[in-house]
Amino acid sequence: MLEISNLTHTYGSGPGSHHALGGVDLSVAEGELVCIVGPSGCGKSTLLRSVAGLLRPGGGEVLFNGAPVAGTPKDLAVVFQDYSRSLFPWMSVADNVSLPLRRKGLDRPRREEAALEALTQVGLEEAGAKYPWQLSGGMQQRVAIARALAYRPALLLMDEPFGSVDAQTREDLEDLTLRVRGHHAMTILLITHDIDESVYVGDRVVVLSGAPATVVGDLRVDLPEPREQIATREHPGFVRLRAEVGRLVRGPRPAAQHPTPETV
Amino acid sequence: MIARRLLDSGPLCGALGAAGLVGAWEAAGRTGFISPTVFPRASAVLSRAAGLAADAGFLSCVVSTLGAWAIGLLLTVAVAVPAGFLLGTLPGLERAFGPVFEFLRPIPSVALIPPALVLFSDKVDMKITLIVYAASWPVLINTMYGLKEVDPLAKETLRAFGFGPAAVLWRVSLPSTAPFIAAGVRLAAAVALIVGISVEFLAGGAGGSGIGVFLIEAGGATDALEYIVAAALWAGVIGYLSNGLFVLAERRAFRWHTARTEVAR
Ligand SMILES: Nc1ncnc2c1ncn2[C@@H]1O[C@H](COP(=O)(O)OP(=O)(O)OP(=O)(O)O)[C@@H](O)[C@H]1O
Ligand SMILES: [Mg+2]
Repeated sequence: MLEISNLTHTYGSGPGSHHALGGVDLSVAEGELVCIVGPSGCGKSTLLRSVAGLLRPGGGEVLFNGAPVAGTPKDLAVVFQDYSRSLFPWMSVADNVSLPLRRKGLDRPRREEAALEALTQVGLEEAGAKYPWQLSGGMQQRVAIARALAYRPALLLMDEPFGSVDAQTREDLEDLTLRVRGHHAMTILLITHDIDESVYVGDRVVVLSGAPATVVGDLRVDLPEPREQIATREHPGFVRLRAEVGRLVRGPRPAAQHPTPETV
Repeated sequence: MIARRLLDSGPLCGALGAAGLVGAWEAAGRTGFISPTVFPRASAVLSRAAGLAADAGFLSCVVSTLGAWAIGLLLTVAVAVPAGFLLGTLPGLERAFGPVFEFLRPIPSVALIPPALVLFSDKVDMKITLIVYAASWPVLINTMYGLKEVDPLAKETLRAFGFGPAAVLWRVSLPSTAPFIAAGVRLAAAVALIVGISVEFLAGGAGGSGIGVFLIEAGGATDALEYIVAAALWAGVIGYLSNGLFVLAERRAFRWHTARTEVAR
């Protein structure tokens, strides 16, 4: 469904430029949940913005269902890393969630119903009449997730979507993502810096190198389904994969970089 | 303790300040510090002002000024907001017209009255045209400034959900800019009142009406100064009330804006 080939991007030009993507190759099949991990600042959000058609990459190609991405692909939803800025402060939480559904041609009662359902899924059924700025950071993040889920996109892009919530809520949201994916046949690209999370929710874990980012690892997660927070995390396969992803994220460490007693 | 509490209450404190000034004004007249022939006493002006409130001639002047003010303000919004959006969204247009605007903007509107007198035969048309000209600047500038402040991520969010440029303008740029536009309209309302009365005053009585015309015509009366100061007092009250109403309406409509900036502080 998604074919990314030799994607490159450089921010700015001249001496102050930053080479963010250094030729990323990635293909995602329909219905797959692919997690992308990589060091901070390596270019994960840049990759996601290219897929969403919000940024014209410097080179390479993104094919969505066989067609090159020009502008925003149809049937796409994004949960931005900067969730609070992506919610509209002049609208109630419920209106924020239901606004994108106008694109789907739903009438008002059905939009409201879908918004309430999505808000209930993220545990915010009471917050619909409030405004985003009246909520805590973690609650705002859940509103952003609810808005994307209510839209029922064919492709869901999530940029560190569970970063601001407590551990318990985080697990609930991970499980919600897995459930929703099962029900609605969504393809999901999920960026995270949490290695355990990537292995727990992903069908595949794609590891990016530091800038300029390239794919340094693409691991299939063959853990028993359905995933379960306790059992899956103590499965030997989980432990092995977690270590493998961890090593890939840290990257090759040349011996010279380790501080020796003389230099300390 | 009680004094502290009095000073904490904004309106009460303001009323005290005003009463103090009026008291000093009256005292200056009574002690002979300012002779009533040079400047009338507070009591005389206030009783004239009360009389004007029931004076049909004065009230029709007020209605005439307020009518031109309201029409001028509506036209201002109708002209300046779309112009601000055009200039704010098309950088080429802003580059082309920016320098012209920077030249025109500092010209005092009162300086335009003499040429306007030559151009217009109808005084009401002239008054409204000058009001629109002068009041458009704050609205235009605030609209353009507000557009620059729209969060790009808010626009991208809507684009990501497949909305086109028109929907982004209507659903993100406009609501996000609205508080800035409203503040511009509040400033424009004050400018419109000043320009309206100035035009009435400078363009003269024949064929005109309004508070400014009332001021000229009162000049011939025996108690001219008392009438003029009393009428000016009413003009001040009207300006004060309109500003207060705008502030109140803004607070209600844009609670999301003030609440957010308060959080950010
Ligand atoms: N608009 C921009 N202009 C210039 N440089 C940018 C811009 N956006 C991002 N960068 C740079 O590109 C690099 C990659 O940014 P990106 O946001 O994609 O990283 P990331 O992997 O998402 O990081 P994080 O995990 O911290 O979110 C960073 O070094 C950043 O400084
Ligand atoms: Mg990022």
